[in-house]
Amino acid sequence: MSSARPAYRRAPFALLLPALLGLAFLVLPLVGLLIRAPWSDLPAQLTSPEVWEALRLSLVCATAATALSLLLGVPLAWLLARTEFPGRRFVRALVTLPLVLPPVVGGVALLLVLGRNGIAGRWLDSAFGITLPFHTSGVVLAEAFVAMPFLVISVEGALRAADPRYEEAAATLGASRLTAFLRVTLPLIAPGIAAGAVLAWARALGEFGATITFAGNFPGQTQTMPLAVYLAMESDPEAAIALSLVLLAVSITVLAGLRGRWMSST
Amino acid sequence: MSITVRRTALAVTALALVTGLTACGSSGSPSATPSASGGPKLSGTVNVFAAASLKESFTELGKKFEAAYPGVTVKFNFGGSSALAQSIVSGAPADVFAAASPATMKTVTDAKAAADSKVFVRNSLTIAVPKGNPKHIAALKDLAGGGLKVALCAKEVPCGAAAVTALKAGEVNLTPVTLEQDVKGALTKVELGEVDASLVYKTDVIADAAKIDGVDFPEAAKAVNDYPIAALTKAPNADGAAAFAAYIQSADARRVLTAAGFQTP
Repeated sequence: MSSARPAYRRAPFALLLPALLGLAFLVLPLVGLLIRAPWSDLPAQLTSPEVWEALRLSLVCATAATALSLLLGVPLAWLLARTEFPGRRFVRALVTLPLVLPPVVGGVALLLVLGRNGIAGRWLDSAFGITLPFHTSGVVLAEAFVAMPFLVISVEGALRAADPRYEEAAATLGASRLTAFLRVTLPLIAPGIAAGAVLAWARALGEFGATITFAGNFPGQTQTMPLAVYLAMESDPEAAIALSLVLLAVSITVLAGLRGRWMSST
Repeated sequence: MSITVRRTALAVTALALVTGLTACGSSGSPSATPSASGGPKLSGTVNVFAAASLKESFTELGKKFEAAYPGVTVKFNFGGSSALAQSIVSGAPADVFAAASPATMKTVTDAKAAADSKVFVRNSLTIAVPKGNPKHIAALKDLAGGGLKVALCAKEVPCGAAAVTALKAGEVNLTPVTLEQDVKGALTKVELGEVDASLVYKTDVIADAAKIDGVDFPEAAKAVNDYPIAALTKAPNADGAAAFAAYIQSADARRVLTAAGFQTP
């Protein structure tokens, strides 16, 4: 007898207990946020212009950082998955480094390179009068630095899973390598790219350490939601809880909305 | 973090107990380590939460305190006063709290985490500029014009509240490029050359004199911050907390603090 579906068995207690504890550990803090929320003050807290400014800035910057990651990350993933060159393993390790690096370290590194006295920043300042720290573009860069590896990893995985023979077939039919990539490979790995983009976007939305170190903190300019939450926590925990709720709601909406569409196959 | 701290405290206490007992058993003389003040014999760890601006002087005073009370370890948690106050209210295992303003101390006393506090020093603001003062800043109003990049502390922390007061007193209207979480953050941005000036405490400029110059301004007299200290009611090491708070108010400590640029109340 064979059944098409895997048999769902009763989980052994030794697995069930830690599994439930794990679930509680991840979910309970969020429940705590809901319980402690100042529901009666919430409308007043959330209609303040500062909150909307921070939320708008968060959404804009996370989206811009994701766009930047797509622009640079997809070709990078292709390079890692489809070509052979000396030191490729090392390059892949470098690409994933921001995943494990504390974001603050990333912020310090960005500051030393792109800051007003940085190696590249000095030139940007003298030649174009551009200083990236304390500017919204600095937030985008800090977020992209931390979020892009998520995209690269997803896309590289999708590329490795995709059959390269389709590209070869396109090539034998006269398509250039670029045409084959754009017309054949990209549509093939679109779900992987979308999943990576969602991950990168969500990571960028929550980015704190690199942003505050590299871009600073000024309302309307560089103060994203995580920074606003942190600062509110110093003097007004109620406001911090209210802001956290907004961020939580946005994150859940996006993940729930997109997960079913792009990630259910995994 | 808190677990590690508590565990270390436990281990240190246990060790002190064991050595104390063996000392008693073998020699029979009760006074193994007479404390400097002749009060209760101190042991274990004293966890001190202190404003970021106290970092240099308290680190030095911590070493002196440890030398005066052998067997005691002082551990510091330096940060923005407001964040420290919040973590104390939330139950962080702290013994002593030294804040950069009475307002942040009030958070702690209102929550009954400290019974009373005592102002032990005062600090005033100065303009921190890169060495040599390349932008020739001479007064508070110079910060507002000429496209200067200025870092301030966020108004939620004491140095930011003082900056707001000073700017108001000088009728200077300036838009900073960043509002930093604590005074050291504002100072670092000058040190790295990312901003042209920032408003920090006099003591910070003295502590960082190798890399930073200070420009005093008269309005600073209207924005002087009082620094209160308190032994906390739920201090895991109550004796240590009381002794450390008393030591910070002693003449010995005052010499270190005034050398660092603090004023006496």
